[in-house]
Amino acid sequence: MLQNGWDTFEIGTILRPFEGSISDASAILPEDRLYSQSNSFSVSVADWRIEKPLFNKDLCIDCQFCWIYCPDMSIISRDKKMVAVDYDHCKGCGICVQVCPTTPKALLMFPEQKDEEEALLEWPKKEKKEKEN
Amino acid sequence: MFQAKTKNLKNFSTSAERFEGANLLCPGCAHSIIVREVLNATNDHLILGASTGCLEVCTAVYPHTSWDASWIHIGFENGSSAVAGAEAMYKVLKNKGRLKQPDRTPKFVAFGGDGATYDIGFQWISGCFERGHDMMYVCLDNEVYANTGGQRSSSTPIGASASTTPSGRISYGEKQNKKDMMAIMAAHGAPYVAQVAPNQWRDMVAKIQKGFATEGPVFINAMSACTTEWKFSPEDTIAISDLATDSLVFPLYEIIDGTKLNITYRPKNVIPVRDYLGAQGRFKHLFTKQYEYLINEWQARVDAKWELLQRREEACL
Repeated sequence: MLQNGWDTFEIGTILRPFEGSISDASAILPEDRLYSQSNSFSVSVADWRIEKPLFNKDLCIDCQFCWIYCPDMSIISRDKKMVAVDYDHCKGCGICVQVCPTTPKALLMFPEQKDEEEALLEWPKKEKKEKEN
Repeated sequence: MFQAKTKNLKNFSTSAERFEGANLLCPGCAHSIIVREVLNATNDHLILGASTGCLEVCTAVYPHTSWDASWIHIGFENGSSAVAGAEAMYKVLKNKGRLKQPDRTPKFVAFGGDGATYDIGFQWISGCFERGHDMMYVCLDNEVYANTGGQRSSSTPIGASASTTPSGRISYGEKQNKKDMMAIMAAHGAPYVAQVAPNQWRDMVAKIQKGFATEGPVFINAMSACTTEWKFSPEDTIAISDLATDSLVFPLYEIIDGTKLNITYRPKNVIPVRDYLGAQGRFKHLFTKQYEYLINEWQARVDAKWELLQRREEACL
């Protein structure tokens, strides 16, 4: 369908979000769905980003604040655990970093080209213990 | 299942999304946060409609759709009556016994921006509420016609600089006060009318579920902070929403059967309105000597409104 232009469709064409029949999406998790090419899930807005959020699993407390406040459904949570960031649909707004409650934050914004392992090494360390000494 | 799902945020996060990414809403737009919280509040089948506005324009860009449920858009004004028509048809078919799965309980939801709700679609919404359809109308209130370039709507508050009411040497921007849509819809005798904000997710989801459980028309006024027209950086959407609810510029309350008013969120520390105004570019001109008196007027108006809400709540006890 993506190869077709908008004017190659007949009038009255119905764009179906799924291939085959999925009558109720609320019972099926996104990875088990058969998305059709007319679902916006099949496109990417990754080129909107200047900065990307990177996720440090060691600091995460699974509070799910980033999941509820993400405007682009880009925080993937499974079994009550934060799993990853969906970089196909993340627009890089930075809300997830702002609402992250841990110190240092488990999510931080880095330039789009930044290597993830390199960023994890640069991650701010906990300073609390040094102060106690 | 209906109740347990939202007991806490961890439970809520197991819900399967029915609104997809790669829609064309601005980064940091509160619209999709609200839509997600509404759609995830129920496991039932959904029949959705949208009036023209940011949400419609950005989620149904041909040849893509971001909605994993039945969804319709007709015109700017009649998002509410389109959904009301679908609801009336469903009711008739059910009474005639012609539904294939009569045990389903689909929910009918219409979305509209503040332009479609406060101005252009007002007559149609009023009609739906008068006829008493079993539907929910969600107003995504960003206080401006954001889709067409930031013209003022009747939801724009005094002093805001919009593209048709710009601030400058002669004018301080919008001159009229915001329409009190909550009171108008409650005066229709609607069974449930509520004001919500996406940053208070627990309050919001509880109200949405209450609305779904109510028979008859339900009006939800959702504050949607607009990063483009309110002029703040995209990552601050939730922070600005926090400021709005904590400064009582946008109080969270509900009105049941048009009479019984409940305040559902009382901020622990009420912050001055000045903090809310100062965080947004559209109120930047108020912080000059010439227009500073407007901030005090704002504060007085917000205090008076909060006092009125508290008195009304007491009167219902």
